[in-house]
Amino acid sequence: MTDPELKKEHTTDNGNDICPPAFEPLVCEIREPLVRIAKRGVITTRHRIIVYIVSFFLALVVSGLLLLFIGKNPISVYSNMATGAFGTRTSAAETFRFAIPLLISGIAIAFAFKMKFWNIGGEGQILAGAIFTSYVIMSSIQGGNRIPYIPLQIMMLLMALAGGALFGFIPSFFKTKWGTNETLFTLMLNYIAIQFVKFLQQTKSWQSPRSSYPKIINFKEASSKVPLPKVFGVHIGWIFALVIAVLAYFYLKKTKHGYEISVIGDSLNTARYAGMNTRWIQIRTMIISGALCGLAGYLQVAGADYTLTDTTAGGIGFTAITVAWLAKLNPFVMIPVSIFIAMLKKGSLAIQSTMKVPASAAELLTGIILFFMLGSEFFIEYRLIFRRRAGKADASLEEVSV
Amino acid sequence: MNTAINLMNAAILAGTPLLLATCGEILTEKSGSLNLGVEGMMYMGAVAGLAGAWYAEQWFRQGGILAVLFAVLFAFVVGALGGLIYAVLTVSLRANQNVTGLTLAIFGTGFGKFFGEILGLKAGGFVSVNAATKGAFGNIKMGALSDIPILGTILFKYNWMVYFALLVAFVMGWFLNKTRKGLSLRAVGESPGTADSAGINVTRYRYVAALTGGGLCGLAGMYMSMVSQKGIWVHDCVSGYGWLAIALVIFSTWSPMRAIYSSIIFGGLTVMYMYVPIPGLPAAIYMMFPYIATIVVLIITSIWQSKEHAQPAGTGLNYFREER
Repeated sequence: MTDPELKKEHTTDNGNDICPPAFEPLVCEIREPLVRIAKRGVITTRHRIIVYIVSFFLALVVSGLLLLFIGKNPISVYSNMATGAFGTRTSAAETFRFAIPLLISGIAIAFAFKMKFWNIGGEGQILAGAIFTSYVIMSSIQGGNRIPYIPLQIMMLLMALAGGALFGFIPSFFKTKWGTNETLFTLMLNYIAIQFVKFLQQTKSWQSPRSSYPKIINFKEASSKVPLPKVFGVHIGWIFALVIAVLAYFYLKKTKHGYEISVIGDSLNTARYAGMNTRWIQIRTMIISGALCGLAGYLQVAGADYTLTDTTAGGIGFTAITVAWLAKLNPFVMIPVSIFIAMLKKGSLAIQSTMKVPASAAELLTGIILFFMLGSEFFIEYRLIFRRRAGKADASLEEVSV
Repeated sequence: MNTAINLMNAAILAGTPLLLATCGEILTEKSGSLNLGVEGMMYMGAVAGLAGAWYAEQWFRQGGILAVLFAVLFAFVVGALGGLIYAVLTVSLRANQNVTGLTLAIFGTGFGKFFGEILGLKAGGFVSVNAATKGAFGNIKMGALSDIPILGTILFKYNWMVYFALLVAFVMGWFLNKTRKGLSLRAVGESPGTADSAGINVTRYRYVAALTGGGLCGLAGMYMSMVSQKGIWVHDCVSGYGWLAIALVIFSTWSPMRAIYSSIIFGGLTVMYMYVPIPGLPAAIYMMFPYIATIVVLIITSIWQSKEHAQPAGTGLNYFREER
């Protein structure tokens, strides 16, 4: 750098030298903030697990304070929840029955979330599957119940997959074409699906002739070919769910498709630059995601409820988001997580009758636990360095270099 | 003519909570936080507002204005609490904005329903505010103004919250576009890095915006429980209005002024099936209209993207100074 240039940098527009003529020692107080944040270099599994356990414990403490606030003993509420969920064979069977759709739609959500496609339309996709399945059942019943068991079930299953896939395809089509906000799109489809079920409930040919209240007939009473068989007291959906967990794990971790999904999730531009057909990958993944939710809808109709109501999905689509995120989008981890969330749900139904604690406690507890888990990520990736007293400055320096 | 006036009245009444929540969310998004938990914060505000009014009646043995004040205070504070949870997690602890917002929606819904029932149990099975409080949330008559034919019915016959919501929208429009702090807030939302180098405290702006936005959503929720449901607890009282508000933010392209008419349009869509029945169209299908309209709006706004009317560029992204 030549001299005039150097001078130019240190002068103002009108040429005055802004540098002080003589250098005086700069006296200023260096104030270290009370807490500094530093990224951790290495994150050990042990550290990760400890943080998770601590934050889970804190979530229980905070929920406990809330329960104390309404005048309930948290310990007895928790223990009543546990016994309510697993105390007897029947209650345990019901807990597992709750966990099935949660696990399947949690996996479905993970497919979408892995590529940062914020699908919160699980609810609508489950209902779409349930509606399509019910169409097959109703036409079979109205046609005189002549279709044999296995073909009927296969048709129900395929239609449910198609219904869910359709509800997954529509938002992804617009998202990839024009960048339409998928969060709200999928959400609005939830309401459309719910309204459509309400419309079906008002439809005369679908109603139960004996009931004065507008509701769709009980499929189990109308046809013996609808209910799914049970294995160990729970309908065979749980086998479906476990198989899907294994398949999804391999699909997401070990196949080219799964790799493409992760790349899109990390950076859409990278994927594009690498020559991936990002549009088709996103649509394809959302079709899978929707179809899986549709499957959950099929299992709800044919395995659990034997009818179609506007609460067939009953918040599963939203809770599935919690399941997926708590499990870090890992299908295997989702198995225990979904059972745990199902336990909260079943347990809170139990405490509603035994302890007069509203059943919405399940949503509240799930929310609090997830808040803590979301917050815990920070303490896994970063560490807080507190200001030391002057004499210990060297020690803190040493620690940074470690 | 009568039908049109009735529809207009109902549309404004139904649009008011949407307007309040939309303004709250616009403020939050302008600061760079995409808080999807509006539904949850509205539930929190709904139950807190009702609780505030009910407890005020128990404490002071009278309803009316005092109960209204407590309802407003409780709803705002509890709504802001929802915003605070969101801000702590996303701004300080750097959690994913989308998931945190969705969790807040689940949590807040549970919070509202849980405490709604607790309140019912406390009140002996069924919680309801007294006639004086109900009256204070009812339509006000403005003397001669209300008696002007047509115009009086359309403009001067609502409860105070309608005018309050309009005021909020105007003040927010002025604040965002005409004040120094509003400019700083928009800078934080558009480009937090730039704002930070200009000496604007990004964290503080995001916190204040999330809290105020949450408080406004809480007031919107209070409207649902105190005005729409007339001071009783209904389990599904918010019923998706929070999500509609998020869509309205997009529809009104992040402008509180445009939020005024868009909330009236959407309010109208949610109640139209009661006023303009279409022969042969089942009510259940008719009630899909606002949701279908939202989708259409989303698609159209995404096709006609313009730089001026777009989401603030920093929205949805957390800001870490050391990772710039």
